[in-house]
Amino acid sequence: MAKQLHIFVENKPGRLRAITDNLQKVGINIRAFAIQDRGDYGLMKLIVSNPEQAHLSLADMGCACALKDVLAVSIPDRPGNLHRLLSVLVDGGINIVDAHGFVLQPNQQGICILEIENLAQTNAEQVVRKAGFDVLGNDQLNNL
Amino acid sequence: MDIRYWNKDVETADVQKIRHLQLQRLKSIIASALKTPFYSRRLPSVGINSPDDIKTLDDLRRIPFTMKDDLRQNYPKGLLSVDTSEVVRIHTSSGTTGIPTVIYLSAKDLDAATDIMARSITATGAGRTDILQNMMSYGLFTGGLCMHYGAERVGLMVIPAAGGNTKRQVSLMNDFRTTVLHITPSYLLHIHSKLAEYGVKVGDLALKKAFIGAEPHSEGTRRKIEELFKIDAYNSYGLSEMNGPGVAFECVYKNDLHLWEDAYIVEIINPKTGQLVPDGQEGEVVLTNLIRHAMPLMRYRTRDLAFLHIEPCKCGRTHRRLSRILGRSDDMLIINGVNMFPSQIEEVVMKIPEVGNNYQICVEKDGALDRLIVKVELYSKMFLGEAKQIDNLKSKIGEELKASITIKPAIELHEPGSLPAFEGKAVRVVDTRPKL
Repeated sequence: MAKQLHIFVENKPGRLRAITDNLQKVGINIRAFAIQDRGDYGLMKLIVSNPEQAHLSLADMGCACALKDVLAVSIPDRPGNLHRLLSVLVDGGINIVDAHGFVLQPNQQGICILEIENLAQTNAEQVVRKAGFDVLGNDQLNNL
Repeated sequence: MDIRYWNKDVETADVQKIRHLQLQRLKSIIASALKTPFYSRRLPSVGINSPDDIKTLDDLRRIPFTMKDDLRQNYPKGLLSVDTSEVVRIHTSSGTTGIPTVIYLSAKDLDAATDIMARSITATGAGRTDILQNMMSYGLFTGGLCMHYGAERVGLMVIPAAGGNTKRQVSLMNDFRTTVLHITPSYLLHIHSKLAEYGVKVGDLALKKAFIGAEPHSEGTRRKIEELFKIDAYNSYGLSEMNGPGVAFECVYKNDLHLWEDAYIVEIINPKTGQLVPDGQEGEVVLTNLIRHAMPLMRYRTRDLAFLHIEPCKCGRTHRRLSRILGRSDDMLIINGVNMFPSQIEEVVMKIPEVGNNYQICVEKDGALDRLIVKVELYSKMFLGEAKQIDNLKSKIGEELKASITIKPAIELHEPGSLPAFEGKAVRVVDTRPKL
């Protein structure tokens, strides 16, 4: 299961840069990121080369951050595939809390990072694999 | 000028007569006080064992001040002089650290307090033909019920609207042709800003007067209210410990507030030394309640700063006038008429495990109303990485604060270590409201 780093950041100038500054100093590579906007604050969500090391480095700086299990699903970059992925989740009674996605090689592969409600209590991974999608771990994400 | 009296003999009595009445009533209060656990220890310690030990009004100054903290430490019954079967009403107000303070009224006390309230209302020229919309909160707070009783006694038609729901307030004013409002000045200004939205013009309403109080305000605020609504606004002063509104009230001349000296002995002291200041000088208001026997309260330090006028008033009343409240000698905050202490907020937020080390209390103007913002830091180790957790935490802090200070502030969560850190007991309040 892939780990995503969630960081609590106030919505004001300079806060995101403080995060990237800390991570670049310890040589962490950011593979993907998203920001969940909640008005006066936001959650920065990062897929990084070494999640544990990044977590420790930010925690040392005093950041409020946590590592969360997420479902990283590889989907072919073709019309209808996101729809198919969402359909199997809906049919499995699985709720998505937040998500972001990106295309790696146009017309070939896209990656969808899914934050699932009560992930540990669901069979989300099996449901997705059974439908023919690949589920990636951090090593695979790092080597993309 | 339409000068009306509720009790002309007392209101215009010469000073000698008022002082004589004060002495008689003080002795009677001493007799009641000696029946309370609190004063039955305190009064003998200064040689007062019976009402006869009070020979002149100067003897009052032998009695130590009573502080809000005394009320808290003797909560709930330490200042009660009678059996609760004699009590017909209690009111409470929030204390500095979660312990409230309480006042008790017997039927006779309530009657006396109601009479003083009726006198205050009459002094403004309001009478039987008036319709009062009482927009102070009803309940444990004295502002609503005590005004209500006084107005009924005078014979006004009372609309017990209580606070909030601005649209309905305006409908009530319109439908029942309200002539008098009892309201905080900030809320009255807020209502004005909403009239256009409701399609109502000031000229559509029948308003003539407003009794404004429960929060300090400037002469400029009064004038603004009078001009916007084309009414007369009368300043009022009271505190729950002294039976609520009606301790002092403006007459038709609106030249500061007659403090009803047959019901209260007023002293103005230097808050640092406790010594009386010369007449006319600003200091802390200290009050002795002469009309409440179920719960006597003597030389109570209000923490309100004001001064007494020495010149007589054109209305013929001989009771001295108290200036508008100029400030506080403690750190109490008054937010839209609700009193609270920073320590109450601190106690609530610091008990919540997800909250970090620092917090800040911000008070600002949002239009006519006050806005309270409590800023706290998220404790990094408690963060689980979910937005839902943060949102739940914010509403939990809001609910817990509401339970303590009765209003729900805006809650801001900040990153760990981002709020200013203070050493020791420094108060973390940033109040950007314009000074009076």
